Amino acid sequence: MIIKQLSVFVENKPGRLAEITALLAEAKVDIRALSVADTNDFGILRLIVNNPDKAEETLKSHGYTVALTKVITIGIHDQPGGLAGPMKILYENGISVEYMYAFISKTVNTAYVILRVEDNEKAIEVLQKNGVTLVSEEEVYSM
Amino acid sequence: MGNYFNEKMETMSRDEMLALQSERLVDTVRRVYDHVAPYRAKMDAIGIKPEDIRSVEDLSKLPFTTKQDLRDNYPYGLFALPPADVAEIHASSGTTGKQTVVGYSKADLDVWGEIAARAIVAAGGGKDDYLHVSYGYGLFTGGLGLHYGGQKMGATVIPVSAGNTKRQIQIMQDFGSTILACTPSYALYLGETVCDMGVQDKIHLKAGIFGAEPWTEEMRREIEQRLNIKAHDIYGLSEIMGPGVSFECAEQTGMHVNEDHFIVEIIDPDTGEVLPDGSEGELVFTCITKEALPLIRYRTRDISMLSRKPCSCGRTLVKMAKPRGRSDDMLIIRGVNVFPSQVEAALLQVGGKGTAPYYQLIVDRVNNLDTLEVQVEMDSSFFSDTVRGIEEQEKKIAKQLDFILGLSAKVTLVEPKSLARSEGKAVRVIDKRKLHD
Repeated sequence: MIIKQLSVFVENKPGRLAEITALLAEAKVDIRALSVADTNDFGILRLIVNNPDKAEETLKSHGYTVALTKVITIGIHDQPGGLAGPMKILYENGISVEYMYAFISKTVNTAYVILRVEDNEKAIEVLQKNGVTLVSEEEVYSM
Repeated sequence: MGNYFNEKMETMSRDEMLALQSERLVDTVRRVYDHVAPYRAKMDAIGIKPEDIRSVEDLSKLPFTTKQDLRDNYPYGLFALPPADVAEIHASSGTTGKQTVVGYSKADLDVWGEIAARAIVAAGGGKDDYLHVSYGYGLFTGGLGLHYGGQKMGATVIPVSAGNTKRQIQIMQDFGSTILACTPSYALYLGETVCDMGVQDKIHLKAGIFGAEPWTEEMRREIEQRLNIKAHDIYGLSEIMGPGVSFECAEQTGMHVNEDHFIVEIIDPDTGEVLPDGSEGELVFTCITKEALPLIRYRTRDISMLSRKPCSCGRTLVKMAKPRGRSDDMLIIRGVNVFPSQVEAALLQVGGKGTAPYYQLIVDRVNNLDTLEVQVEMDSSFFSDTVRGIEEQEKKIAKQLDFILGLSAKVTLVEPKSLARSEGKAVRVIDKRKLHD
C-alpha cells in the first residue's frame, strides 16, 4: 500500500529540470506523476516513477541529493466530490496532509491522488475502513 | 632514537635552550644591524644598539617587523646576504596586495629540511615510509618544505604536487603512499573522493601532515575517519621559514615550536605588550639561525596561545595552540570578529552524521549595513521532502551560527558540489564589500 516517491533537491537555477529529466530518460525511467514545490531559493521535485530504486541510483551518482519518501496513493471517482470524501475522512481522524498531487489514469472515470501524511499506517487503516480504494505499489509502478 | 628526529634539541632542558637562544639571538641582531639597512634604521630610531641585546630577556626591546615592512622593501630589501649567497627564493601567496618574497641560503634550506623532518618523524614517519606530497610545488613553501623534510629524515618522497585528484588516488594505490602531506581542505576532498570511488581498502595511508590553512577539530576527526589515518597539524609561514616552524606530536594537543631556530612570543595585538604563557594573543616569531632573511619579532597576525605543560611525547619545546585563524581570514562583520572556522564548527554541530558540508561565506554591504549569507551544500542529513523540513534545517543552522558568532546570517542550502572546490587552499569567503570600496 505504501509507494516510494523520489524526492530531489533542486536549486532554482536554469536547466536543472532539463538535466534531471534527461538523466531519467537515459536510464529508461518512466515518470508516472510529478509535482514541484518551490521557494525563492530552491525547489523539491517529487516523482512517482516505474523504478524508484534505479531512478534514485541514477540521480545520486550524478551528485543529486535524493531521498525515497513513503507516500500512499488512493483511487477516486473522477467526478465532483470524488476527493472531498477521502479528505473529510482524514480530517475527521486527525490526519493532516503535508502535501498531495493528483493524476488521471487510462482507466475511465478514475483519478489517483498521491498523499504525503505523517502516519501512513493510520491513514491506510481509516481510509480502508471507510471504503476508499488504496492502490498497491505494483499497480502504480506498472500503470 | 625513538620518535625524535633530533633528540638533543627536541628534549633540551629549559635553561640550556634559553642559553642557546640567547647566544643565537645576540649573533642574529648583530648580523641584521650590520647588513640590513631598514633594520639598522629602525633600531637607530629608538636608540637600540646590538650590544644592548645580551639575552632572550632583552628581546622585547627590539622593534616588530610586519608584512608591510616586507612589502615596503620588496623584493630583497630585508635580505642579510648578497645575491651570490642566496640559494633559493619563495614567495607567499599573499591574498591582498603585492606578494612577499623570501630567500634562503644553503644553510637555511638545511635547517628547513631539519624542522620539517622533525614534523614528519613526530607524525610517526620513518625511513620506510612513502611521503606523498600533495602541496603545490613552486613559489609556495608547502610542497618543497615537506619535500626537503622527507629527504632529510630518509623517507621516500613522492612529489605529486597539487591537483588532479583521481590521479593522486591512483598514485596512492599504486605507489603505496603511507603519509600524506597537503592542506586540510584538500585532505577532506581527497577523503571524499576516495569514499565516492569506493577504494578505501586499496589506500594504505597511516598518517597525514596538514597545514597552511586553519582547520577545526571536527575537520580532523572527519579526515581521520575518511582516510583511516592519524592527522597531524603543522604550522609555518614563509616569512619565517615555511612548514615546520611548529608541529604536532602524537598527543595532538598543540604544536611544538622549534625553539632552537625560532623564539616565539605572544603579544597583545593592540598594545604590542608581551603576554604570559597561557594568554591568547598574536604570535610573534624571531628567527635566530636564519642567514638570508632573519626577521626579528615578526608579527604573524595569527591568534594563538602558548603552553609549557610537560608533554607526554617527552619534547620540551613549547606548544602553541592551533591558531584560531589568520587575521587575514578574520572578517569583521557589523563589528563582530568572524573566523570561517567558527562557521564550520556550527555546521558540524547541526549536521547529524558528523560530516562537514562545504560552505562559503558571502559578505556584502546593503544600505550601509553588513550582511552575511552562508551557503551550505545540501547533504542527505539536511534533506527533507517538504519545504518546511528544509526551511527548518536552514533555521537550525542560522540559530547555531547566531549562537557561535553572535550575528544573524541568512542560510541558503545549495546543491551538492555546486560551490567552487579549490585543489589548493579553500575559498571560504567572498567579501563583496571590497568590490564597492
